[in-house]
Amino acid sequence: MARSSAHRPSRVGPATGPGHHADPLDVDALLDDPRTGIIVCCGSGGVGKTTTSAALALRAAERGRKVVVLTIDPARRLAQSMGIEELDNTPRPVTGVQGSGHLDAMMLDMKRTFDEVVLSQASPEKARQILANPFYIALSSSFAGTQEYMAMEKLGQIHRDAQDSGTYDLIVVDTPPSRSALDFLDAPERLSSFLDGRFVRLLLMPAKGPAKLMTAGIGLITNALTKILGAQFLKDLQTFVTALDTVFGGFRQRAQQTYSLLKADGTAFLVVAAPEADALREAEYFVERLSEDEMPLAGLVVNRASPDPGGELSADEAMTAAERLRRTGDGSLTAGLLRLHADRVRMVERERTLRERFATAHPQVATAVVPALAGDVHDLDGLRRVGNLLARRH
Amino acid sequence: MSDWPKVRLHVVTGKGGTGKSTVASALALALATRGRNVLLCEVEGRQGIARMFDVDPLPYQERRLTTGLPDEDGGRGVVHALHIDAESALLEYLSMYYRLGRAGKALDRFGVIEFATTIAPGVRDVLLTGKVYEAVQRNSRNKSAIEYDAVVLDAPPTGRITQFLNVSNELAGLAKVGPIKAQSDTMMTLFRSPRTAVHLVTVLEEMPVQETADGIAELRTAKLPVGGVIVNQVRPRDLDADDLAAARAGTLDRDRIEADLAAGGITVSPALVDGLLAEAADHAERRALEDSQRELVAGLDVPSYELPRMAGGIDLGGLYELAGLLRAQGMA
Repeated sequence: MARSSAHRPSRVGPATGPGHHADPLDVDALLDDPRTGIIVCCGSGGVGKTTTSAALALRAAERGRKVVVLTIDPARRLAQSMGIEELDNTPRPVTGVQGSGHLDAMMLDMKRTFDEVVLSQASPEKARQILANPFYIALSSSFAGTQEYMAMEKLGQIHRDAQDSGTYDLIVVDTPPSRSALDFLDAPERLSSFLDGRFVRLLLMPAKGPAKLMTAGIGLITNALTKILGAQFLKDLQTFVTALDTVFGGFRQRAQQTYSLLKADGTAFLVVAAPEADALREAEYFVERLSEDEMPLAGLVVNRASPDPGGELSADEAMTAAERLRRTGDGSLTAGLLRLHADRVRMVERERTLRERFATAHPQVATAVVPALAGDVHDLDGLRRVGNLLARRH
Repeated sequence: MSDWPKVRLHVVTGKGGTGKSTVASALALALATRGRNVLLCEVEGRQGIARMFDVDPLPYQERRLTTGLPDEDGGRGVVHALHIDAESALLEYLSMYYRLGRAGKALDRFGVIEFATTIAPGVRDVLLTGKVYEAVQRNSRNKSAIEYDAVVLDAPPTGRITQFLNVSNELAGLAKVGPIKAQSDTMMTLFRSPRTAVHLVTVLEEMPVQETADGIAELRTAKLPVGGVIVNQVRPRDLDADDLAAARAGTLDRDRIEADLAAGGITVSPALVDGLLAEAADHAERRALEDSQRELVAGLDVPSYELPRMAGGIDLGGLYELAGLLRAQGMA
């Protein structure tokens, strides 16, 4: 919890209930620890994951680490400032990093990553067949979950390369804003269950076994599918599954490897949220899911918090005074300032209540609160400021 | 008079975090004038509607949710809600059109249902949009079903909206013949017609506005009808332009403020005035950013509407308040 105990009224008697609040998140200790090899930023859409990832990566680099940040979809000007205007799956050095470390940045190209996997796994002829299959084309560019899966695939690749050649000692990953909170954790399992599923075996059967294996049940299904989807659809699907059958073994194996990598000691998950009821509810889901899967959760980042107005003037007092000024007809500027103040105090109070509820439910989750900047972030200076705010301990 | 008199299907999208579910809900309340039935549906499995209206999680079934915003003489329509999930939609679809009987069960047993709803490219979105289509197109032949005057869809975010609505097209490319293809084509006809409008929710910040502009361009390329832009969470405008400029420059008249505060009955301290001035400077910087982004929104060449940021959060009363603002601005 960001609001430190120093701000709380001192308590008399034993601490009970909501008194258990979480520790502040020590971002610099996390970044400086040489054992931290991977930081995964996850959270719902629109909470500032990409900016947080970039700010963490820059800060780590400026504190001496060799870092690569893998982002999903940065704002154009932020991408420019990091030298990744082109979407080409290659890490590019970020210029302007101060200090002894080094920072590369790359933006995930989902389709290309998928193509590369197929090309590396299948024989050239088979790969050509797969890449041209209409099913593959649709799957690789629009399948819900492909992006999550490919982000993990790319993470696995970069990690292997980094270990082989010592290029990076820290990888920061920005995750896609998933429809269901942690699609990238589910992707390997979903893929496995699909491949081991009866449906795939059924589709593979005509290609593999004699027709007599076709039981009455299977006949019913293929007939039904043909009736609904047309024979061509089923044929394309069959070709696709048959072609991928050989490739998928390696696929699945690596999905499992990436999954274990995420669970390993060098990985740290950060859940990013905004101080809104919805975003914190999603964050709660992430936190619970990560702990269920025994993923190493490092903490919660609450982004864009309304800055504390400070001072003693309550919202009600400010509004009363503003109303008094309005009645006398003078001081419209001051009345305006008072209304702004009341507005800010109300925001801060609501956000604090939301955060405290979260902390009460999850006292073990260390938290960093990042106040909103007045302007947008689109250069290294802006990222540096966010980094400072992230590391500022409350 | 509404700006969208012909529209039956209002699709509401927006970047994550901009409040599209809130806007979709407020729009549904605003559209439900006297004698009109409105259906509010969601497709992302988040049960956002249930939370927003403080009701139990919604099933795959149309439920009466609440009454609409009253009009001048107190008349109200009814808002219904529906939570669409792909699996139920597929089972309903199969039983409605194919009477598959034993084969339907076999499909489930062999994991075909799971395949279709989680793995197969595009199928999921076809099922979700298919149900929306059915609700919009519904006619009086089915006596037990409610006919809706408007359907509001709390849709996937801007980044996926074109793909979501266009997906029957994509699937039709895969299924070259057969009933699915025929149905996908009919659905596309509705989605591309003037009876549909895709509204985009944004806030006045760089990235959401950029995403809105990109989204509009994509929708236009796909020939999907772009509706309005709803600018959400606009900051209060308690300072006029001169004061904003002075706040940015740090030249607000401190003595005058102190005198006013005293006249307003407040004990003045230097720290208090410093705090108010710092807040004013922050606010002025944000407002400048908002103004520059508002100009970009104006350049998008679509009708736009504005909703205020609510400091206390949004409760049910707040939704009606937003609905009133949408109606007053002609969106409903």
